[in-house]
Amino acid sequence: MPPEPGAKLLVPATTELMGWGRTAPTASDLRRPTSAVELQRALPTTSPRGLLARGLGRSYGDAAQNSGGTVIETTDVDAFTIHDSEPGSSTVLVTAEAGASIDRMLHALVPQGLFVPVTPGTRYVTVGGAIAADIHGKNHHHKGSWCQHLESLRLQLADGSVVDVGPERDPDLFWATAGGMGLTGVILEATIRCPRIGSSRLLVDTDRAPDLDSVLELMSSGDHAYDYSVAWIDLMATGKSMGRSVLTRGRFATAEEAAPKTGRDTFAYKAGVIANTPPFIPPGLLNKLSIRAFNELWFRKAPAERRDELQTIPTFFHPLDMVGGWNRIYGPGGFLQWQFVIPFGTEATLTRIIGELSKAGCTSFLAVLKSFGEGNPAPLSFPAAGWTLALDIPTGVPGLGPLLDHLDDLVAEAGGRIYLAKDSRMRAELVGTMYPRLDDWRAVRDRVDPNRVFRSDLARRLGL
Amino acid sequence: MRDALGAVQSVLVLGGNSEIAIAITERLVDLRCRTVVLAVRDPLSPVTATAADALRARGATTVEAVGFDALASESHSGVIDETFARFGDFDLVISAFGVLGDQEMFNNDPAAAAIAASTNFVGAVSSSLAVATRLRAQGHGVLMVITSVAGVRARADNFVYGSTKAGLDAFAQGLGDSLVGSGARVVVVRPGFVHTRMTEGMKPAPFAATSDKIADAVIAGFGKGREIIWAPPILALVFGLLRHLPRSLWRKVSAR
Repeated sequence: MPPEPGAKLLVPATTELMGWGRTAPTASDLRRPTSAVELQRALPTTSPRGLLARGLGRSYGDAAQNSGGTVIETTDVDAFTIHDSEPGSSTVLVTAEAGASIDRMLHALVPQGLFVPVTPGTRYVTVGGAIAADIHGKNHHHKGSWCQHLESLRLQLADGSVVDVGPERDPDLFWATAGGMGLTGVILEATIRCPRIGSSRLLVDTDRAPDLDSVLELMSSGDHAYDYSVAWIDLMATGKSMGRSVLTRGRFATAEEAAPKTGRDTFAYKAGVIANTPPFIPPGLLNKLSIRAFNELWFRKAPAERRDELQTIPTFFHPLDMVGGWNRIYGPGGFLQWQFVIPFGTEATLTRIIGELSKAGCTSFLAVLKSFGEGNPAPLSFPAAGWTLALDIPTGVPGLGPLLDHLDDLVAEAGGRIYLAKDSRMRAELVGTMYPRLDDWRAVRDRVDPNRVFRSDLARRLGL
Repeated sequence: MRDALGAVQSVLVLGGNSEIAIAITERLVDLRCRTVVLAVRDPLSPVTATAADALRARGATTVEAVGFDALASESHSGVIDETFARFGDFDLVISAFGVLGDQEMFNNDPAAAAIAASTNFVGAVSSSLAVATRLRAQGHGVLMVITSVAGVRARADNFVYGSTKAGLDAFAQGLGDSLVGSGARVVVVRPGFVHTRMTEGMKPAPFAATSDKIADAVIAGFGKGREIIWAPPILALVFGLLRHLPRSLWRKVSAR
């Protein structure tokens, strides 16, 4: 039984925790503070195996686990404040506690004509988690990642002291915390620049691309004209259709443009779970046949070319959130997500990787392809200028381990990297190659946490 | 740490001269295991040195042998604690020690039978409990206990061995159930007849396999998160039937 909210700060409960992929559970003393004051009481800690903050557990692997140690679930520490602003300003400051989720924030922000600067494919992530993973979204090619939109963040260090850091104030610690997987301290709150939007609808263009070359060409030539862009790619298609994709791109509609759908309620926002995954899923429900059929259907139902379709925020940004607990559809064996980025100019490697995945009949739906803009100063931040591909794969696929090890090598050789927030299986030896500034990050970590109070299973596995 | 696909980074083998355990460990090193500790009666024996060299050649960076006497139950907690303290977390502990013995000889020397039972069962109980304490404290890790199909149904020609493995199998299952929620797990491996030093000169039983074949089955089952691994997997079916045969029929089938 998970502990009751608020009841377990002083009496920790040994609880098994998993990532979103449900693959490698480990046990920790789980505590769930209900206020910022309680949260800060967790440090300094006497736990011999350290401490880690956890949000909504959306990282796929073991990033939010600390076996044998303490885990502080911050999701009940979730207050946020929308600050006053000049009417003409393009952004509004929002100060949010670590456990505030994008979901909750959107319910308050959107009706006021505001949005979050960056959203991933799920709105069930916390502000703390968004910073720790330096999350990105469909607008990375224009706006960069989450931490580039922070004024400042408040961090509790291993000795219990609290510091405010930002791009101008101890930038080394700020950027080490951005994408730092929670290993520099406990993020208490952050102040975020949130953009104004014209309505709660998006104007979306859809293009169907028959193969990989054509989708890359469409993105290279046209992405700059769209605020948001992402392609869904069918990795089960082989031969001439290898890499066939459905590309959706758009921007927020103005009040006028949205009026046919929203009427006078320009900022109407409704987002919820419309169905839940049933409690029991037979192993192997998702297999080569069912996924191939799904992918075929998805590709065919997409229009060859459609312009200016009005879509809601949940439909455009968070379609999977409509199904509660969708991560269980992979059955008891769980699944993993493999996401890499490789630089522009290494398209030959991209083609080779997609070819090998298609050939292996890697049962994957929901593979996502996107072009990133420039990276930021954070040593462990994932995004970098280039192509990123993310795919979900059930763990039962035969030969999956050796295949992904081999593909990791191709990614590393091309100067690319694997996203730590998604990782659940990469080899420790590759981290330094993929993140060449790892030692810069370690230097800051060793400065603020010389005794390694902040630990995670991911850090243990990869030797961070 | 054990990863999403069942690969581990550190292994402790209790009974580090077991050919089955070494074959399993070799495959884990091929996958990415870098630390292997072989707990054996004589850490300086040439058999252990050869196994250690082979593991290093495959890519393990830390391979060490430590002294471990299965019969010295009172020493087990100390040895296990020291080993964990020295090498850190173990993602997998394989309990692989055991003696087969000779039923004829046991019939004439009950004391020898008791020593075999102490090795196979009593020693495994004390060492497994010591391991379980460590795994619980680290909040993760798997104890893999190698039992035998001989324990599924005792046979006239090796019932001392079979009964020790039956006891061990039941013990391991119960231990595994008691660890639910602790992050630690127990995996029971039930090999059939395996061609090893232990069985040299014996007439192979049906579905006999090499330790390499056994290890392949174990790695496959382990990756899938199985709690009980039959090796080779066909034995699950075979013994599903055999265990329900009337005894008169079982006596005939099992007589060799």
